[in-house]
Amino acid sequence: MSAAVSATGIRTGTPSLPARWAGDGWTVTKRNLIKIKRSPDMIIFAVLQPIMFVLLFSQVYGGSIAVAGTDYTQFLMAGIFAQTVVFGSTFSGSAMAQDLKEGIIDRFRTLPMSPSAVLIGRTNADLALNGISMLIMMGTGLLVGWRVNSTPGRFLAALALLLLFSYAFSWVMALLGMTVRSPETINNASFMILFPITFISNAFVQSSNLPGPLQTFADWNPVSALVQAVRELFGNLGSAPVPDTWPMQNAVATVLIGSAVMLVVFVPLAVRKFESISSR
Amino acid sequence: MSFSPQSAPLISAEGLTKVYSSKSGPVHALDGLDIAVPEGTVTALLGPNGAGKTTAVKVLTTLIRPDSGTAVIDGINVLTDPKAVRRVIGVSGQYSAVDENLTGIENLDMVGHLYHLPARRAKERAIELIDMFELSDAGNRPVKGYSGGMRRRLDLAGALVNQPRVLFLDEPTTGLDPRSRIALWGVITDLVARGTTLLLTTQYLEEADQLADKVAVIDEGKVIAEGTSDDLKAQIGGHRVAVALHRQEDADEALSILGRHGSGDPHVSGDGRTLEVAVVDGPAALQRILSELEAGSIELHDAGIRRPTLDDVFLQLTGKPAEEDSETEKEEAHR
Repeated sequence: MSAAVSATGIRTGTPSLPARWAGDGWTVTKRNLIKIKRSPDMIIFAVLQPIMFVLLFSQVYGGSIAVAGTDYTQFLMAGIFAQTVVFGSTFSGSAMAQDLKEGIIDRFRTLPMSPSAVLIGRTNADLALNGISMLIMMGTGLLVGWRVNSTPGRFLAALALLLLFSYAFSWVMALLGMTVRSPETINNASFMILFPITFISNAFVQSSNLPGPLQTFADWNPVSALVQAVRELFGNLGSAPVPDTWPMQNAVATVLIGSAVMLVVFVPLAVRKFESISSR
Repeated sequence: MSFSPQSAPLISAEGLTKVYSSKSGPVHALDGLDIAVPEGTVTALLGPNGAGKTTAVKVLTTLIRPDSGTAVIDGINVLTDPKAVRRVIGVSGQYSAVDENLTGIENLDMVGHLYHLPARRAKERAIELIDMFELSDAGNRPVKGYSGGMRRRLDLAGALVNQPRVLFLDEPTTGLDPRSRIALWGVITDLVARGTTLLLTTQYLEEADQLADKVAVIDEGKVIAEGTSDDLKAQIGGHRVAVALHRQEDADEALSILGRHGSGDPHVSGDGRTLEVAVVDGPAALQRILSELEAGSIELHDAGIRRPTLDDVFLQLTGKPAEEDSETEKEEAHR
């Protein structure tokens, strides 16, 4: 590959494309991990939110919500896992908007780096934060009596599905963040999306208990498919019949296809958007 | 390394246009802008807010695409090969593009990695620059705690990681206190002495005068005057002599005295008693004007000379003041 020598003699090698892609992505990932380490509010969110939700739902609602064939805590955990990682993905939206506002995107865009690196670094950081949240949730869940009733392989597959779905969703949020451009707006906007898609689902109650239109929404909601898939793989399903919609009947496939579609559509869109944005 | 002749422009742009849509209709941010900066020289784009300076820098540094026109840097077409351009330029924008949560050294180290310097070299270069910009004490602290001047220096350091041949500085000292401004001028002068080709934008005539070999005055997206700082000053007059009259009745007579000694037409400010004129030789002209006013027994409140500002340049070149939003000033200037 070519190697340019600048006027004053520093060699700036041009690594091959995949090496640059990975290297630049890792450089920006490291930047975001340092940021996480130094912003206590993000860690608190990642650690306390799952603890709070697990305790709140299992202890407060656990006694009042009946689930056929299992106790509420077993039923609940897949829902909380899904909700937490989906919420965690939204950091990419506000972080991209924040970087744009602070002008550092302009710095990145004038460097000879891979145009996808900032987005890869951003979405990787969400993945790391979600990984931490999941560990905390597992610990809290075990404390309140949650047990996995399947094989280690199926358990790991469930965690992988959660991370895959949330990673793909991070790219959607990153594009949204670059489009909306205001960190405050994106925070408000993402809650308007997150609350319906996580609460009008099977995450906290069986969808059969929901009134007509909400039930239909819940049974087609991709977050429901994620919850359903994770619940199956954890071995935490109750005895109630699985709703008769394709996504719910084929939950794992739905999550895999849905994640792939999000990645195929939103990765190129987000990279293209990144190549044309500038602060102000 | 290229061995282009001294006179070949390292930065050149022709006929750049860029139109933004806004609520009040289309805004011509660039309207046929031409720029040529020869190797090893400094050109300042001088203009008020909204003149198109930042847009011009953003086009040249690959951040935005113009609607039409061409831009070439070090022989590389900015529009067709932005990645190659990014390897030879350094950019420091109007807003410090540094990460608040990283330390000064971490910021520069990251930039070094993104230029694909070997890891050890990136770290070395970061420390070199931190020392060069006198940030050694703060180098291991997060940028959050830096002052405005420190951030600017760090941002400028970020532009130099790759020892670029071509440097772009967008309003490098706007918002800095006078001491930090002078310190930054020193750093920039050093860089230029080592052969860096520089395009900078500024709202301050004094800054252009200090740093630039050539000044291009821009207004509404195009160059309206161009030349050395001396050319420009000759055109607009070196200094301004201003006198404040005790009696307004003396205005006509005083105006004709100022007119005889000035290099341009004198004008009267809002209260009708303050007269001002551009002069070639400030102190001598002030003395002559004062002695003639005294001979005509015209009493004064105040008198003095001052350096011309961007406002004077604009008044001279366009007949309107630099600040677009001050309608009253405009009326006063024409009175």
